[in-house]
Amino acid sequence: MKMANGYRVWKYGDDVDTDVIVPARYLTTSVPSELAAHCMEDIDSGFASGVMKGDVIVAGRNFGCGSSREHAPIAIKASGVSCVVAASFARIFYRNAINIGLPILECPEAAAEADSGDMMEIDLEAGTVSNLTKGATRNAAPFPPFMRGIMEAGGLIEYVSAQRKAATVDGKDERA
Amino acid sequence: MAMTMTQKILAAHSGEVSVEAGQLIEAGLDLVLGNDVTAPVAIKEFRKIEGAKVFDRSKIALVPDHFAPNKDIKAAEQCKAMRDFAREHNIEHYFEIGCMGIEHALLPERGLVLPGELVIGADSHTCTYGAVGAFSTGVGSTDMAAGMATGRAWFKVPAAIRFVLTGKMAGWATGKDLILSIIGAIGVDGALYRSMEFDGPGVAALSMDERFSIANMAIEAGAKNGIFPVDERTRAWAASVSSRPFAEYSADADAEYERTVEIDLASVRPTVAFPHLPSNTRLAADSGGVAVDQVVIGSCTNGRIEDLRVAASILKGRGVARGVRCIVFPATQKIYLEAVREGLVETFIEAGAVVSTPTCGPCLGGHMGILAEGERAVATTNRNFVGRMGHPGSEVYLASPATAAASAVTGRITDPGAVMAAPERA
Ligand code: SF4
Repeated sequence: MKMANGYRVWKYGDDVDTDVIVPARYLTTSVPSELAAHCMEDIDSGFASGVMKGDVIVAGRNFGCGSSREHAPIAIKASGVSCVVAASFARIFYRNAINIGLPILECPEAAAEADSGDMMEIDLEAGTVSNLTKGATRNAAPFPPFMRGIMEAGGLIEYVSAQRKAATVDGKDERA
Repeated sequence: MAMTMTQKILAAHSGEVSVEAGQLIEAGLDLVLGNDVTAPVAIKEFRKIEGAKVFDRSKIALVPDHFAPNKDIKAAEQCKAMRDFAREHNIEHYFEIGCMGIEHALLPERGLVLPGELVIGADSHTCTYGAVGAFSTGVGSTDMAAGMATGRAWFKVPAAIRFVLTGKMAGWATGKDLILSIIGAIGVDGALYRSMEFDGPGVAALSMDERFSIANMAIEAGAKNGIFPVDERTRAWAASVSSRPFAEYSADADAEYERTVEIDLASVRPTVAFPHLPSNTRLAADSGGVAVDQVVIGSCTNGRIEDLRVAASILKGRGVARGVRCIVFPATQKIYLEAVREGLVETFIEAGAVVSTPTCGPCLGGHMGILAEGERAVATTNRNFVGRMGHPGSEVYLASPATAAASAVTGRITDPGAVMAAPERA
């Protein structure tokens, strides 16, 4: 898994919904770069132009609530964000992020103490979030092994493909 | 091990004798749903799986409703991608313009979701089908792609919150007011990752249309699903839409709930959610007469025939206030036709409202009623986030069809009781 080293924090509040992550008026496309150009536009017009590769989004409770649009994590991932740290995530967003391989961590302490512009270092394997500016390291809730399997495969599609290949090799083609 | 209703359906579909909250399971799917926004992404992912075929061409539903009838060239391309896929894989339940409707009203109407079934949909309001005693939940496009290929999906078995309903609603109060007041009380993450299980003697008096509108908004409390017990009304409804056999599940008497909330339905009043969260609720009577520019009556929450009847009863002979734009969109073609036959469409047009073809339209700020900066709408939809119906500087107030229609008459957010006395509840 990738590691983000000393990247800048973009801090948001509670209940950041998928309508502000990618407004519906842009949903007539699913091209990642086009979606990224409008990421967070309605709550932070400076995000899309200012975000740099590796930056971290930190937010409060219920991040990603609202619609099931996978365009939301896709836009965040395509804008170069290396990880989203939040006090909690809305469940469909959580699922989608894992399925498309956008690293996310649930860590209420780290979320509460971070401010925009802080430098943050994240170790996904260890599940630690270090706020270099504040000088605090916090532990995030670890992923269950099942979900780690999906993430390690590179996403759900890769996971399913690998399973199908294995099944074919075993001589029982599940596609039949 | 005692189980909730949701847990029983999940157990039955995963081949387990019993499941418990927190357990990760893989379950077989009875239906996989996608729309013109989410399916194109899913189709792209699906094509990445080598040699993939759909698991069952009769268990996939594709509905162009969000930007259809095609809003612009990009929307047309998205709908085309879905149509082409439907042809290529011979998908039985693809709904072209002419027989389409808003997915969550359309699927139950077509008998595609029955009690005890397990449905995933790449749309967050897939939780609507809990109204008929099914387990259904929203997922993303990648889950939809994997579901179409394998007929299976992974789930974390949810813990549950039980809502025991007693008494009977009175006056203009409806299922929409009930769910808004619940979300107002528990918050937009009040049921995060949980199932909301409705129960109690008060359920019997709720119509199917009300149950749909209540289950529809479970996601607005963060829930994985919302579910109603199967009763006489459900069985009669099921018989009217399908002749397929179905299984009934009910919670064990000693099932574990994280918490139990008791609600006396007689205490529910017309309720409005102020911007910009569905939990920001106030009584319609205490809304301070906020002036509105637009009134939207429709959506997967409240675009069903009962909703249109209520709205028409208030608009009849009164008319839409000068300066207010009132848009009515029946949720499906069947509902539209019924509204024509019952004379409701005539009432709406005579009152000065416009009636649209079924579409999600303004509900998600798509088309057919977008708000300009500084404008306000009362809508019977389910979300009032920043920019949901158009400009990020516009506002959406969520309400029942009765409150929306009354507000159209006065041009201000109005308790329907102030415009017309409520009829006796059946
Ligand atoms: S009517 Fe609104 S909430 Fe319902 S499916 Fe369409 S966009 Fe989503």
